Amino acid sequence: MVMGFVWTGMLVLSVIACLAKQDLGVLTPAALEGAASAVTLCLSLAGPLCLWSGLAKVMERAGLTEKLGQKMRPLFCRLFPQAGRDELALGYLTANVSANLLGLGNAATPMGIAAVKRMRQLSPGPEASDEMCRLIVMNTASIQLLPTTVAALRASLGAASPFDILPAVWVTSVVSVTAGLLAAALFGRVRRA
Amino acid sequence: MLDLLVPGLMILIAVIGLAKKQDVYSALLEGGLEGLKLLLSIAPALVMLLSAVHMLRASGAIELLTRFLSPVCKFLGIPPETMPLVLLRPFSGSAALAVGADLMSTYGPDSLIGRTAAVMLGSTETTFYTISVYFGAAGIRKTRYAIPAALIADLSGFVMASLTARLFFTPP
Repeated sequence: MVMGFVWTGMLVLSVIACLAKQDLGVLTPAALEGAASAVTLCLSLAGPLCLWSGLAKVMERAGLTEKLGQKMRPLFCRLFPQAGRDELALGYLTANVSANLLGLGNAATPMGIAAVKRMRQLSPGPEASDEMCRLIVMNTASIQLLPTTVAALRASLGAASPFDILPAVWVTSVVSVTAGLLAAALFGRVRRA
Repeated sequence: MLDLLVPGLMILIAVIGLAKKQDVYSALLEGGLEGLKLLLSIAPALVMLLSAVHMLRASGAIELLTRFLSPVCKFLGIPPETMPLVLLRPFSGSAALAVGADLMSTYGPDSLIGRTAAVMLGSTETTFYTISVYFGAAGIRKTRYAIPAALIADLSGFVMASLTARLFFTPP
């Protein structure tokens, strides 16, 4: 729904801007060029994305997600005091975050949904608990060790070293997750008082 | 070091898979097909959005928007050119990918703006989509402070992405 308005808005805005400078001829070639460039983009992304998704499947099958999850258990018991005491919820939580870390977006979402459902059973009601908000922040702030889609995109556009953005991505992710969790802690305290 | 990252990782993953007695090759093919299906599913969105983005750029509307927003950007340290990406990122993953790709190809993937766009894409998520999927599936109606907290994380991500892209790379 929202995207329909966004898309139409983009078109209307460009027509208005063109009317203002009396130069309507540029729009038609631009629209067709844009469409063509999207297909070029897809074709150049297809190879790297296919390769990486294949490797991601091997990681999943080899149980790397579970192994990483085991390592993160102590941290999660602290971040999620209530869910951490529940074996099932803790399992979903660690699976969700470790899948995100490894860049397995497809595997992360069902685990995250399962975690929220289980957490709701632990604290019933239509309201999001503090721990649910924390989980949401950890997911929306995107903690990813290997941002593969972006690297594939950079490679397809001719970057000298597609993965050289890794340290910057890590630092940025850590800071944004921390900021989100601090904000959540602050909001949680303010609302309760 | 970075030259060994990708080949090393590929070998590591394959060896671990073999050690766990998994059928590595068929997993590769299966995962690869999933990746291609995913790409195919976002391809129409990329076509629609890149058409609209190119029209916006040709019309000069993007330039206008960047000039209008540049005082805010200066204050936050975000390159004004990346503002379309910043504004679309929380709402639509494919729109953000389309705008990011456009920025990287216009300014070059190794330019400051191209790198900033890449770091932004790599370290943020489609916030509103994630919240609606997770809470929608679990039947949570009152999201309390989840949205503001997530948006604060996003904003600090955009500011940090601009900062790290500037600090970690000397402009060519």
